[in-house]
Order: sequence, then C-alpha cells, then structure tokens
Amino acid sequence: MAIERNMITRPLEKRERVTSMEPFSSALARHGLELKRGVTTTLQINLGLRCNQACRHCHLEAGPDRKEMMSRETFEEVAAFARRGSFEVIDITGGAPELHPQIIEMVARLAPLAKKTLFRCNLTVLAEEKREELIEVCQDHRVNIIASFPSLDAVQAEAQRGKGVFRKSLSTLKRLNEAGYGNPGSDLELNLVSNPAGAFLPVSQAQAEKRFQRDLDERWGIRFHHLYTFANVPLGRFRRWLIESGNFEKYMQKLASSFNPCTIAGLMCRSLVSVDWTGTLFDCDFNLAAGLYLGGKKRHVSEMAGPPESGEAIATSDHCYACTAGSGFT
Amino acid sequence: MSETYYDPSDLAKFPEIGEEAPELAKKFFDYYGSVFAEGALSEREKALIALAVAHAVQCPYCIDAYTQACLEKGSNLKEMTEAVHVSVAIRGGASLVHGVQMRNIAKKISM
Repeated sequence: MAIERNMITRPLEKRERVTSMEPFSSALARHGLELKRGVTTTLQINLGLRCNQACRHCHLEAGPDRKEMMSRETFEEVAAFARRGSFEVIDITGGAPELHPQIIEMVARLAPLAKKTLFRCNLTVLAEEKREELIEVCQDHRVNIIASFPSLDAVQAEAQRGKGVFRKSLSTLKRLNEAGYGNPGSDLELNLVSNPAGAFLPVSQAQAEKRFQRDLDERWGIRFHHLYTFANVPLGRFRRWLIESGNFEKYMQKLASSFNPCTIAGLMCRSLVSVDWTGTLFDCDFNLAAGLYLGGKKRHVSEMAGPPESGEAIATSDHCYACTAGSGFT
Repeated sequence: MSETYYDPSDLAKFPEIGEEAPELAKKFFDYYGSVFAEGALSEREKALIALAVAHAVQCPYCIDAYTQACLEKGSNLKEMTEAVHVSVAIRGGASLVHGVQMRNIAKKISM
C-alpha cells in the first residue's frame, strides 16, 4: 500500500528514470555495432494522428480528439517525393488513415508509384465508414492490407483497443475475406499485427501465426496470410501507462536485457523512411513519435532529391530496444 | 523499512546459485531449458503447466516468472485462471482423498 501511494505521488519524470539500464547507444558500441542506413526501399506515409480509437499502447497518442492531418499541399509534395524516390514499397499509415477525407484519391494516386502498397488499418473504421469504396480502391490497385488484431481473446483485445473493437474487427475481417483478401493463393494480401496487451514481450511470431490461423478459421471462418508480432514501444500513451502503472523501469530493463545484436542488420529503419503529416522525415514511425528527425537533422520531403543515402546514421534512443529484443521485431 | 524473505529482484540472481557448484548448476539449467523447449507440448502449454505447478508449490518467483511467460506465449487471463484451478483441484483433491485413510482407520478401530 505504501509503495502504491509513493508511486502515485512521485513526479512523473522521477518515475521515468531507469536506474540500471545501459543506454541503447552504449549497447550498440559494446557490440561494436553502428546503426546505419542500407538501401531505402520503403516510404512510410503517416497521414495524421486522427483515429476513432485511443489505444492504450499507441506510441503516437492518436485518437478522436487529434486534429493533425496531412494537407493537400503536403500530400502533393509527398506524392512528388514518392515519384522521385522510385520506392519499392509505399506504406500508408496514421492514426487511422481510413479517416482522411481524401483517402480514396490518395490510395489511387500513391499505389501506381510503387511495386507494392501497404495500407495499415485498425479494422473498426472499415466497419463503419467508407467501407465499400475504400475496399474497392484497395482491390483495384492490389493494395495489401495490414490490420491490427492483438489477441484472440476479446477481453485482452478490448483492454488495449477499447470496448466493442473485437466484434467489429471480426466483422471487417469477414468482409475482407469476401472481397478476396486473405484467401490462400490470393494476391490480395491480408496480414495481421498483434501487440501485447500489457508490459510484456510478444509471443513468438511463427507459433502465434499458426494458432491465430487455426482459431480464427475454426471459430469464425476467417482467413489471413501472415501474423506479425511487435513489442510495444515505450513512447506516447504506452509510455505514460507504463509510468503510471509502475511498470516502466521493469519493462525497460526487460527490453534492454533482451537486446539481440543479430537483429540490427534487419531492422526496418535501415530500409525505410517515414514522413509525417507535415512532410517532415524520420527514420521510422517510432522516431516520428519521439520527434527524432531523419539522421538527427530536420528535413522536409520537398528538399529531398531522392531517398536518404545509404550509410547515413540513423537516430536512436532507448525506445529502439523495443525493436531489438529477442528475435527482433521489424 | 520493512524486510521480507522474498525480494522480486532476487529472481535475477538465480544463476548465481551455480557459483558454488557450477557443474550441477549447468546440468540443471541445461535440463531446465530443454524441458521448456517446444516438443510434443507447445511452449505455451508448458508455461501454463508451470504456472499451475508454481501455485501448487507456492513459489512467488515462479508465479511472477510464469505469469509473464504465459502472457508472452499468448495465453490469456481466463486460461491462466483455469490452470490455477487445476492446481487447486489437485491440491484439494490430494487432501480430500486422504479422507479414505481416515475412514479406513476410523472404521477399523470403531465398533
């Protein structure tokens, strides 16, 4: 009881200190590693922070009250950059990108600019708004859908994502299956993403994928291609929850003690560049949330002749431990 | 300042147990690792069994470690609670079934 009282009354910044954790940069140096950019093949476009949900693990603190959205002018600059950059993959994310008023046009214009286009959705917007039009434009342009689906358990899923989310997610997954997404052999890829519902590491991807495929098919007749499991990144709303619940120090130590140097070569930040709703560039979506600019320098898409150069240093901080824990999450 | 016999941070010191008897510790930890590897039972199922046993032996270190392990292997609170009930049923049943001995003795010495 005394400990709990102390936890509540201690200032937030004091509760953020991790006494016995090696900084991420030191862990890299100790292993003789540097985190540098390889060939940049993916352009991730964050259309804004508006979302119909306020998930407790969201590193961007996206939610219904957020107003930040990419303007038409910025979109034109981003689309021009995408054309100049000849990226292999364009990855559309948010917030909930489904909520952008010009999303149909944006998907239709971006998809022809890359070999592959990914659309990250939270499943619940598609259950409510613009469902058919958006699914049709994704079908027409062979856009792959990546959908958040944290758990096969409704209680766990809704503890993270909010009440009513589980049922709506199942309904949208069924609709996507009807539209041809997720079926074996189909080029309309439907992949799921699962983040833990708390301050613990995610389940092994291969084992969880088999269980999710079996259970979703047996219980609801739902099919999908692959499951990706990711550790929650200690930023934004999740960081605040970690601190307020007294889990911050232990979680950071767990991430740091699970540091695996073998993950560095395959980290997504080595091949991806992320652009926010203002057109500013970052090494990944997590650095975007942390406000760490691309290679440590503030740059706008309009200033870029092409993708960032190979060999450029990648900005890092302690949240990077979330991508290097165990077998890694990229 | 209160003192207790159990301190959560002591769990991280478990490998130090090998300092006085390294060969035995190595054999134990190698065996331990093999037991929990994927086999005929999945890692998730083994973690649930370990959680139930942790409650049977009432080891706070094991309860802490295997609560986290169960969640990290993809189990949910409903499954974990059922596992604890399995432990409770066996512990309770083990006591209750000894009532048969009580009855045997009572019958033998009673008229």
